[in-house]
Amino acid sequence: MTFDPSHAARSFSSVGTRPIRPDGVDKVTGRARYGADFNMPGQLIGRILRSPHAHAVIRKIDTSKAEQLPGVKAVVTAADLPDLTNGDTSMYDILDNCMARRKALYDGHAVAAVAAIDAHTARQALKLIDVEYELLPHVTDVDQAFAADAPLINDTIITKGVDPKPDRASNVSMRSQFGHGDVDAGMAKADFVVERTFRTEQTHQGYIEPHACVANVSSDGTADLWVCTQGHFVYRQHCAQLLGLEASKLRVTSSEIGGGFGGKTHVWAEPVALALSRKAGRPVKLVMTRDEVFRATGPTSATSIDVKIGALKDGTIIAADATLRYSCGPYAGSWAEVGAMTAFACYKLENVRTVGYEVLVNRPKTAAYRAPSAPMAAFAVESAIDELAKKVGMDAVDFRIKNAAQEGTKASYGPVYGPIGIGPTLEAVKNHPHMKAPLGKNQGRGMACGFWFNFGGQTCTDLNIGMDGTVSLAVGTVDVGGSRASLSLVAAEELGIDYAQVRAVIADTSSLGYNDMTDGSRGTFSSSMATISAARNAIKILRARAAQMWDIPVEDVTWERGHAVAKGETHGNLPNLSLKEIAAASGTTGGPIAGHSEIVADGAGVSFATHICDIEVDPETGATKVLRYTVVQDAGKAVHPTYVEGQYQGGAAQGIGWALNEEYIYGKDGRLQNAGFLDYRIPVCSDLPMIDTQILEIPNPNHPYGVRGVGETSIVPPLAAVANAVSNAVGVRMEHIPMSPPRILAALEA
Amino acid sequence: MRYIRPSSLEDAVGLLANASGKAAILAGGSDLLVRMKGGFIEPDVIIDIKAIDALGRIIENDDGFVIGAAVPCAVLGENTALRNAWPGVVEGARLIGSKQVQGRCTIVGNLCNASPAADSVPALVAAGARALVRGPAGSRTIAVETIPVGPGKTSLAPGEIIEAILLDKRQRHSGDAYQRFTPRTEMDIAVVSAAVNLTLNDQGVVEKARVALGAAAPTVLLVEEAADILVGSRVDDGALERLAEACSAACRPIDDKRGTVEFRKKVAGVLAKRVALTAYQRAGQK
Amino acid sequence: MAGIAVSTTINGDQAEFLCHPDETLLEVLRERLGLMGVKEGCGTGDCGACSIILDDRLVCSCLVLGAEAEGRRIATVEGMAQGDKLHPLQQKFLEHAALQCGICTPGFLIAAKDLLAKNPDPTEEEIRFGLAGNLCRCTGYDKIVRAVQDAASVMRGA
Ligand SMILES: Cc1cc2nc3c(=O)[nH]c(=O)nc-3n(C[C@H](O)[C@H](O)[C@H](O)COP(=O)(O)OP(=O)(O)OC[C@H]3O[C@@H](n4cnc5c(N)ncnc54)[C@H](O)[C@@H]3O)c2cc1C
Ligand code: FES
Ligand code: FES
Repeated sequence: MTFDPSHAARSFSSVGTRPIRPDGVDKVTGRARYGADFNMPGQLIGRILRSPHAHAVIRKIDTSKAEQLPGVKAVVTAADLPDLTNGDTSMYDILDNCMARRKALYDGHAVAAVAAIDAHTARQALKLIDVEYELLPHVTDVDQAFAADAPLINDTIITKGVDPKPDRASNVSMRSQFGHGDVDAGMAKADFVVERTFRTEQTHQGYIEPHACVANVSSDGTADLWVCTQGHFVYRQHCAQLLGLEASKLRVTSSEIGGGFGGKTHVWAEPVALALSRKAGRPVKLVMTRDEVFRATGPTSATSIDVKIGALKDGTIIAADATLRYSCGPYAGSWAEVGAMTAFACYKLENVRTVGYEVLVNRPKTAAYRAPSAPMAAFAVESAIDELAKKVGMDAVDFRIKNAAQEGTKASYGPVYGPIGIGPTLEAVKNHPHMKAPLGKNQGRGMACGFWFNFGGQTCTDLNIGMDGTVSLAVGTVDVGGSRASLSLVAAEELGIDYAQVRAVIADTSSLGYNDMTDGSRGTFSSSMATISAARNAIKILRARAAQMWDIPVEDVTWERGHAVAKGETHGNLPNLSLKEIAAASGTTGGPIAGHSEIVADGAGVSFATHICDIEVDPETGATKVLRYTVVQDAGKAVHPTYVEGQYQGGAAQGIGWALNEEYIYGKDGRLQNAGFLDYRIPVCSDLPMIDTQILEIPNPNHPYGVRGVGETSIVPPLAAVANAVSNAVGVRMEHIPMSPPRILAALEA
Repeated sequence: MRYIRPSSLEDAVGLLANASGKAAILAGGSDLLVRMKGGFIEPDVIIDIKAIDALGRIIENDDGFVIGAAVPCAVLGENTALRNAWPGVVEGARLIGSKQVQGRCTIVGNLCNASPAADSVPALVAAGARALVRGPAGSRTIAVETIPVGPGKTSLAPGEIIEAILLDKRQRHSGDAYQRFTPRTEMDIAVVSAAVNLTLNDQGVVEKARVALGAAAPTVLLVEEAADILVGSRVDDGALERLAEACSAACRPIDDKRGTVEFRKKVAGVLAKRVALTAYQRAGQK
Repeated sequence: MAGIAVSTTINGDQAEFLCHPDETLLEVLRERLGLMGVKEGCGTGDCGACSIILDDRLVCSCLVLGAEAEGRRIATVEGMAQGDKLHPLQQKFLEHAALQCGICTPGFLIAAKDLLAKNPDPTEEEIRFGLAGNLCRCTGYDKIVRAVQDAASVMRGA
């Protein structure tokens, strides 16, 4: 599509307003249907049996007793999900993760499943399945798994990205490296150097809605799947491939989604539900328990990161170096690679090097979590930067401003930046009243920056104009937090009509072309691009129809504020035709009017944020209290500012939880000890203050309205901002996230 | 599985005594239902005691308070007389769970669940509370601290039901207080906790003291040496320091998902100091 | 397992159902009575998504047995609006965008309704502690607290 270069100066009438979302009333009255809120006639209840062992060979599974239990209609194991992946190792890993084949690789790994007439019978049936395990040594800690003598999780893993190729298997699946310049020479010139190792523990997205689906496979090879997902088209592809179904015969409908944050970008139980349905010949509903969500879906990586940064006396960072080890569960991943790319992305650096290692551990398969991999790297780097600023004798904000990346800077991960927001967010923070507010005893203030790439990707949208002049917009990117409102605004803006006349829905996989996931902050960015182009295509038809109604050449018709306008002197007396009038006549002017769009939305536009946090620490107990929190982030253009603020606040809250209390805790036996919301401590309402937001708008030149993705960057700075605040409050540098009270107290007494 | 809702205590005791298979008493259900959901217990009979009128009341009489076993903690908080007399006990009970859990949970359930981290138990122990127990062999009254004997285990005999918790009539110049340490402000289980109950003489000197610690050992600890430090003092800085040391020393905690041994020992002392001061202030006001 | 016959009142209407002795009220409301507005986030009392009001007490329906509902009054999110007129809390949640994914919303609305019934003019701190039994992972609570504050002032005026 062609871009409107004047977007920066453009004035908007719908975009930028804050109307009520189209799905709102259903959600406040309890009518909205989420994953578990759907039933099919004759449906069975599915349940999954999971390994209690962190690492074990599955010697034998005896399902005969379960099969004989009255009410049990199907029992499946890996044998019912044969390997159809054809050498595609990442699909094979997904298959193996859905149902363990040779070995159970973590506490919670699925080993068998049943479908029965009710939940009670299904639970009883699980108890009747006999699994014979042969226990193997396990390793759950990222540094221990990295060590040469660690128990081997997969003996076919030879580290990629190392020259020469290693001759032995290890738990390191890949090494990646980014950077430019000469780091060692740069470091040698440094007047001040900070060098430290940081650790972060594994966290979970913590969405409140457990995974849920209803699967129905017919004997004729067609199938339906109702599921809460961030990407029903991707689920269709994965499920079809794993089950040997034709993609077009599997219709996937995405339910309303009760949170995902990256965790619902991956199939976990859906192929199993389909396999159960196929075997039982009946629909199967499968809803995870909270315990299963923690044990067996995809948390983020635990990390261990070495950082070394050198600066000159004048405050110029002369060299930056980081080595990042990220756990990826028992399968190969590319999480450290992303961490290595983002680590120094905020800065203008002559000499920079980052090396990432993907480390296999006996924990669940890592999945994306909001700006995946970036928060941990930012924690390490922004902590070291803070410390370095002190050594240089500069203010933390000024030091960052001096070294911030700009338009034209070669990013540490390769590309050259266009117009970017890191400088402006830092300037805004410098001038923010929060930075000048006084602090009391035992209180500290921290700030930190964050970066995220943002993605675009494949997008397909239909815009249909009804005979009454209202517009229905069918999009394929799942709405995770208000995007239907934003896309309706965009359609209204482009067509020049009222927001109330547009209704956006999420179409199922049989009703629309392929769409990538709602991830990488792409939902509003890419679907708004597709919506604009669909609207422009519709406008072409509207103009043609008006021309026909007037009987004048289409070149003489323009589209202004929702009306066809005849231009030129000869047509001066023709009154404008509204969209409604043209639509009403469509039956006699050539049939329905619609605009379609299929695009790969390139140029998502990188995003930067800077956060400020005030915290109070009780020096006797290590207890912390977040007193004040401010988010400053570049949105490009805020389509629906309230939902942009919501993304900023939500990301900040998740980051604060991660920084202070959230972590997966494994026992020596390799079992997860806190698989519930009582002991996996996400912030509750009384833990947080109001979260102030400031939206900056530095237009993305690659989007017609200047929009950038906004969903993810907000979780990147909090770990470091909170850590810097705690470190400033207690006078000790915090190196381990989460900074739970026992860790803070131990650091104080060390 | 059966669900039964007897309307008298006699029926409940009879049902419990004659139940074939495992019987479970259901009060607020905030432990029982969670354990059933997790598959940790599968009772054959559930005996819901909430329809027994007498168990649903708080009675104030000449001897003090009788708190029925089925009274939810939210109701404890709404009872002004109880709150004034035993603020520490009510404080502990009110910390259990959320508003939602408060509408259901009971102090007797908290006690019988026998978790070392139970929030209402340290204050009850410090208060010298007693439990009125009814069983096939009749009634008996026992000190609260004798009921939990280890994590998840009680000294109650098969068929016994706790009918009520008894709290003495408050003497003049008395006050109690409870605090726990949790990483979150709400919805959390105590990492460690402390309760102090004091009675002062007219000069403001501590005459009687009881100090109890939670989550510091397999059962709630009654720390007599800590109480001895407070007796005869005006809860001055010196006494507080020695109190903290005595409490830290008395702890026999474990490392687990909620905290470390070092943390629990240190913070037990810190909390003991803080609650001792609050209890002292409260006692001084009466 | 024999079914237990239970007769109860839900959102002002008589309701009768059969349930197993170990079935929770949450399961009954959702699966037997079709009240899907009551959500399950954990099933163990930790998230508040299943909040209902049972005889004037806010409780987690996942921690109540279905059999216990005999003779009681139950209020769920489905009963908050009067016809097509939203409850002020519902209206303010929409206006303030106090929901992103919305899965926590029914629980918050019920908990907030109970809170304001007992305390019509709560401070920010009272709201935060009053709603601490309800988890929201999307919003960071900011807009929820503001919506409750705003609804409270509307309800006091009304
Ligand atoms: C979300 C959540 C948060 C929680 N937070 C806390 C917390 O902060 N602090 C805390 O201490 N606890 C907490 N708990 C645990 C629980 O709420 C408390 O232990 C509560 O006090 C139990 O009371 P109940 O009436 O609900 O017990 P129930 O579950 O009804 O019973 C508990 C046990 O006691 C037995 N029992 C009950 N009544 C009697 C009786 N009269 N005689 C003999 N035996 C009896 C039962 O059979 C059962 O074994 C929490 C639980 C949940 C679900
Ligand atoms: S489902 Fe009941 S509290 Fe979470
Ligand atoms: S809006 Fe998603 S959990 Fe609250």
